[in-house]
Amino acid sequence: MKTCLVVDDSRVIRKVSRRILEDLGFEVAEAGDGVEAMAWCTAVMPDVILLDWQMPVMDGLQFLKRLRGEPGGDRPKVVFCSVENDLDKIREALDAGADEYIMKPFDGSIVAGKLDLLGMAA
Amino acid sequence: MISAADRAFLSDLCRTRAGLQIDPEKAYLVDSRLGPVARREGYATPEVFIEFLRAGADDRMAWAAVEAMALPETDFFRDRAVFHHLVDEILPELARAREGQPVRVWSTACGTGQEVHSLAMLLAETPGLAGKVELYASDLSERSLEKAQSGLYSQFEVQRGLPARMLVRHFEKRGESFALSPRIRQMVRWRRVNLLDDLARFGQFELVLCRNMLGQLAAEARVQVHARLKSALAPGGRMVLGLKDEAFDLTPVAPETGVFALAA
Repeated sequence: MKTCLVVDDSRVIRKVSRRILEDLGFEVAEAGDGVEAMAWCTAVMPDVILLDWQMPVMDGLQFLKRLRGEPGGDRPKVVFCSVENDLDKIREALDAGADEYIMKPFDGSIVAGKLDLLGMAA
Repeated sequence: MISAADRAFLSDLCRTRAGLQIDPEKAYLVDSRLGPVARREGYATPEVFIEFLRAGADDRMAWAAVEAMALPETDFFRDRAVFHHLVDEILPELARAREGQPVRVWSTACGTGQEVHSLAMLLAETPGLAGKVELYASDLSERSLEKAQSGLYSQFEVQRGLPARMLVRHFEKRGESFALSPRIRQMVRWRRVNLLDDLARFGQFELVLCRNMLGQLAAEARVQVHARLKSALAPGGRMVLGLKDEAFDLTPVAPETGVFALAA
């Protein structure tokens, strides 16, 4: 079963994302900020990471840059998932190593479609 | 809820004018699609709107009702492999056969434009096909065509099927919407076309796209439209159908991506 780490400081978003991803057949783990997410990835690198941008302690962009510098850190498919919908910001996320980008609010069909684009149907 | 008699009237109107097969039993569909049109045209309810249509006075209103019922569901890069197959193999083959003349491509039921715009974006990223392809797009619905021509899509729409890298490359933000670049929009020529009409005046095309539309037509209209589109296909041309569409007497070229040719 493919694994997905949901990284978001909102418990509600993590819960909604978990439901969507479990319906898509993923095994889901959660992290509330970039530091927690790095701890997860150091222990077990997930197949997919759904990553918020604005988070306390370590934000999504800082986490992504750190992740891609780690051994095996280029393996997970990273989908940014943020309220940020400015095209320059989206470009910045993609240039930092994100594979795809979802603008909030989102629904299950958008998540499924983005994962399909990445060849990550569970 | 619209009465069975009114749904039957509407079903008949759609079949007569556009060959559309509307299931009169699907009351929820009629209510959900006709309601917004009725309100937009100034009628309190769909029932009052249909009463007006029965009187037979206003052709524009009748078409508004038909177009509302023909609402296409469309995403960018629907059945993604089809687009890559067209750009990687089919269009280069057709371009070679044309020996310097442009390959003319017709998206025949373009809806709000996502199919033809997807093709335009891929062509813009394929230097080998630069200047070799002309894109034409048509639809029955004036409102869908207006939106398609505007190139303006909602945040929800640009997240369905469109890779983020193509979003940042080919769009700009306009308020809360996303606007396709002028460069891409200018690649397409638009026209309102009812596929039940005589299509001979539009000439012939090397590639005709008719994906996921024939199934919406009544059986008789499906045969008629299919025959008309075959006539619009230039010798050696290709027709692209939806993956679940009936192929009639066409010869499969690449059925896994819906590509067919006229029977030899």
